[in-house]
Amino acid sequence: MGWIGEQVDSIKSIQFRQLLTQAITLGMIVTSALIIWKGLMCVTGSESPVVVVLSGSMEPGFKRGDILFLHMSKDPIRTGEIVVFNIDGREIPIVHRVIKVHERPDTGEVDILTKGDNNPGDDRLLYARGQQWLQRQHIMGRAVGFLPYVGWVTIIMTEKPIVKYILIGALGLLVITSKE
Amino acid sequence: MHSFGYRANALLTFAVTILALICAIASFSDTLSTPTPTSNVQVLNINRFQKKPDGDDEVSLTFNISANLQSLFTWNTKQVFVFLAAEYETPKNSLNQVSLWDGIIPSKEHADFWIHTTNKYRFIDQGSNLRGRNFNLTLHWHVMPKTGKMFADKIVMTGYRLPQAYR
Repeated sequence: MGWIGEQVDSIKSIQFRQLLTQAITLGMIVTSALIIWKGLMCVTGSESPVVVVLSGSMEPGFKRGDILFLHMSKDPIRTGEIVVFNIDGREIPIVHRVIKVHERPDTGEVDILTKGDNNPGDDRLLYARGQQWLQRQHIMGRAVGFLPYVGWVTIIMTEKPIVKYILIGALGLLVITSKE
Repeated sequence: MHSFGYRANALLTFAVTILALICAIASFSDTLSTPTPTSNVQVLNINRFQKKPDGDDEVSLTFNISANLQSLFTWNTKQVFVFLAAEYETPKNSLNQVSLWDGIIPSKEHADFWIHTTNKYRFIDQGSNLRGRNFNLTLHWHVMPKTGKMFADKIVMTGYRLPQAYR
């Protein structure tokens, strides 16, 4: 009786330890991803340091599925820069090039007009009704770096959620069942 | 320990690391070249110069651009986006930049070009400040790499002036 009890206890303790280790491993993965993301936010000063190009409006420069690295600095915005902006009432930010800038002398306020390289006309049609110019507060950052194709992972995952669930499930299973 | 899963994982990690490293090196190699582009712009004619009904000045120009941007191309260059902007100062705005023309140069062979054109985008001021205004024409370029850091620069050409009267 005493022997069996001992065995049961030892098994229980092993499982508990193993479970704890796995929980910690999983926690480490999640938190390190979070740390990298938040760290990038601090370094770049942009609330979303990496964006995926979703449309072909900047082809052939940026294609769908390319990744852009954003940077938000105090430097004034000038023509030719590729900025990411948010329009009131639109959920998805847009990546386009600045073609016109008008800057006030005293306040430094700017009026900005953008256009996609591959679009025939400027972006006034995309702006909110009656909006002629973008202001500083619409700008989320400017694109400084570029990495091709990597964004397809997220495009596929958002458009086919089943892939995401399978991937998350498989990874979770791998973490739980793996023994070092 | 040496299961299929572990080996596949190790191989994938290694491949991605090497790929990232190669991308970083390719991007870094761009900084080693020192481009020496040249450009010249002639304003040939003021086609139209008037005040729009809403009170803003609008100009239509015809101009020539000749430029040689071949030295901007390296092995990591996907394309060069080039544009000509009018830049001027008014009492209302300390800086006005208005893009007049732009183009995409896909390869080095096309980077030595000459073009005769009118302004592709409307040259409109915020207000009525363009009569007799001095302005610069600036040729900007934006180099888009195959991967890595984008960079941009410009050539400023000074000494252009709009006429004193509408026409």
